[in-house]
Amino acid sequence: MTSIEQRRASRRQLLKGAGAIAAAGLVGAPAISRAQTGAIKIGVPTILSGRVAILGQSSVGALKMSFDKVNAEGGINGRKIEMVVRDSKGAPQEAAKVTRDLINNDGCQIIIDAEASSAAFAVQEVIREVGVLCIHTNSETSSLTADPKLYVPTAFRTARQGIHDAIGGGDYAAKVAKAKGLKKWATCSPDYAYGRSNTAEFMEYAKHFDGNITVVEETWPKLFQPDYTEVVTKLLNAKADAMYSALWGGDLVAFIDQANLYALFEKQASFMVNLGDYGVVDQVKQFPQGVYSGGRYNRTVPPTPENEAWYLEYVKTQKSKPTNWSWENAVGAQFLIEALKKTNGDTNGKKLAEAIKGAKIKTPFGDGGTITMRAEDNTTINYIIGYGLSLSKEPYISDFKTSPWEPILELEKQWKKKQGYAT
Amino acid sequence: MDLDALLRCVGTTSCVVTQLTSGMIIGMLLFLIASGVTLIFGVLNVINFAHGSLYMIGAYAAWTFYQLTGSYFVSALGAAVAVGVLGVLFERVLMSKVYGSNVLMQLLVCYAVVLISDDLIKIIWGPVPLSMGMPPEFRLPPVRFMGGVIPPFYIFMILAAMAIGLLLWLVIGRTRFGSIVRAAAINGPMVSALGIRVNLYYAAVFGIGSALAGAAGALAAPVRSLTPGMGFSILIESFIVTVIGGMGSIVGAFAASIIIGLTRSFGSIGFPLFVDGVMFLIMALVLIFKPSGLFGRAHR
Repeated sequence: MTSIEQRRASRRQLLKGAGAIAAAGLVGAPAISRAQTGAIKIGVPTILSGRVAILGQSSVGALKMSFDKVNAEGGINGRKIEMVVRDSKGAPQEAAKVTRDLINNDGCQIIIDAEASSAAFAVQEVIREVGVLCIHTNSETSSLTADPKLYVPTAFRTARQGIHDAIGGGDYAAKVAKAKGLKKWATCSPDYAYGRSNTAEFMEYAKHFDGNITVVEETWPKLFQPDYTEVVTKLLNAKADAMYSALWGGDLVAFIDQANLYALFEKQASFMVNLGDYGVVDQVKQFPQGVYSGGRYNRTVPPTPENEAWYLEYVKTQKSKPTNWSWENAVGAQFLIEALKKTNGDTNGKKLAEAIKGAKIKTPFGDGGTITMRAEDNTTINYIIGYGLSLSKEPYISDFKTSPWEPILELEKQWKKKQGYAT
Repeated sequence: MDLDALLRCVGTTSCVVTQLTSGMIIGMLLFLIASGVTLIFGVLNVINFAHGSLYMIGAYAAWTFYQLTGSYFVSALGAAVAVGVLGVLFERVLMSKVYGSNVLMQLLVCYAVVLISDDLIKIIWGPVPLSMGMPPEFRLPPVRFMGGVIPPFYIFMILAAMAIGLLLWLVIGRTRFGSIVRAAAINGPMVSALGIRVNLYYAAVFGIGSALAGAAGALAAPVRSLTPGMGFSILIESFIVTVIGGMGSIVGAFAASIIIGLTRSFGSIGFPLFVDGVMFLIMALVLIFKPSGLFGRAHR
């Protein structure tokens, strides 16, 4: 080949390349414009199979109820909101894969991560790479938003945060412990990030408020463990005065069924942060009475007409009762809808993040009727926290005591410093 | 490791009684499943990787019969029979086609059945966990024995599993049916040459093995959440039991089930973070020092 032919060939290649770039531009440009004019697609990785499928379904139910309302009113700037829901089975690898698929293959512009903590951390890392807006609606593990090393500017959390529950619950538990002389404590929580951190934080603050409390036994059943026999007998042998458990969903149902056989709840005072949720209440055949139950979701907490109306609408539209994950998702959806209104439907991750940061929404689930997205760590505050006593029939919880937020926020600051999350 | 706690427990009668019965409960449920796996392997020389699915179907079937009849005993019996019949169909339609095939082919067929049955469960009963709840006849306070605590349902569970195991041992060891099955396990073609329809016996053995899994599912239903895929975790433990006891040995399955049950109950006190590790360690030691298992014959 002569040098002229070589030049021609290279010129031809250059023209081909330029043509390809132009073609890509032509094809790509409508795709981008479509992204800002067609339906707003929201990807929802969640758990739709296995022991906690009911919670994943209740997350989707609350999101659907919120977005259906917006769509019925004409959408955001005429754009409808479309959800694409995928089952992650609660597995981190699967959740990461599903999230990537939702963004890359299904064209989702926003992610609502309705995952438990077991998978939320994996989703967070995907969001760090792709930069779309993500709202974690169910993961309660404090470090997800408290640890600055995990911070992602476009990721937010509308779930409860473990440390908030721990401070409020620890205060409540300490008061009961002092009144009833509950000094020896045992714990029974699932063996993964949420269970470990939630339990450590709860016991830390129970001891903070009552110095006489000591932990004499810890049990760590695996997540989704089918049989709790050896765990229950270990708790019995510990002969503790009280027990704290962060078991949840179907795991808690199985544990209660098996613990009832040994009359465990009659032998010790029990504090279960996730007991008073309809997902558990409706599943347990012999619901224990007189157990100290954390506030999850209940139609009577808070006892406001707004909360009752939301409950009735959920039951009517979703043909089931809402759960703790339902209200957390409803709040996530509301923050997102408000942000989309501010950006006129622009789904750019940075713009939406700016709109959500520090925002305050009116909601039935807020202490005083509002919930704020704290700007410093992208997590919500001022939601209802508290404990009550379980009842075996409606309303399933009594004597509910709401924890005040001021001391929670003050102690949270100290906790962050201690963890090295803040200076 | 908390060996002090384990020593304290062993030195206390109440703790020993509670943990011993706890180990027996775990072990007896495992025994029912593992005895089915080992029976099928011993006679048909196939490893039924779908055995956990039969356990799951047994639990769901018991739940359904319980909703229909309100009688737990009828439900448990119905579930065992239903799963037994299903097992015969499974053997005739699918497994009999892969006898003598590569183990990978058998694994593939079984895995397909696992996936299909999980999805069918979701379609028929839904993905949300179901709970049977404790039948009223067992809603009694736990029995106190030497300071230990034993729930009445677990006493029933242990006795039922032992009775089923004993019956199985008598049927296989003391009846004409059992003689033919044992003969077919050693030399099927020779038994066939004597005019006995070996295929029928193979199907019957598969059905009995399946019924054992169904019975285990029915016994577990009042105390465990019923979810699609619930058979997987128990299948792994039942394979550990089968390997330790010896493939094909029902007595071995019984002994190994108790070993695993006690490892889990006492291990949760002494080495709670390494219980699974110890179970696999026991299996590894058996494979190293007695590859045929504690009561198994050398593999033919």
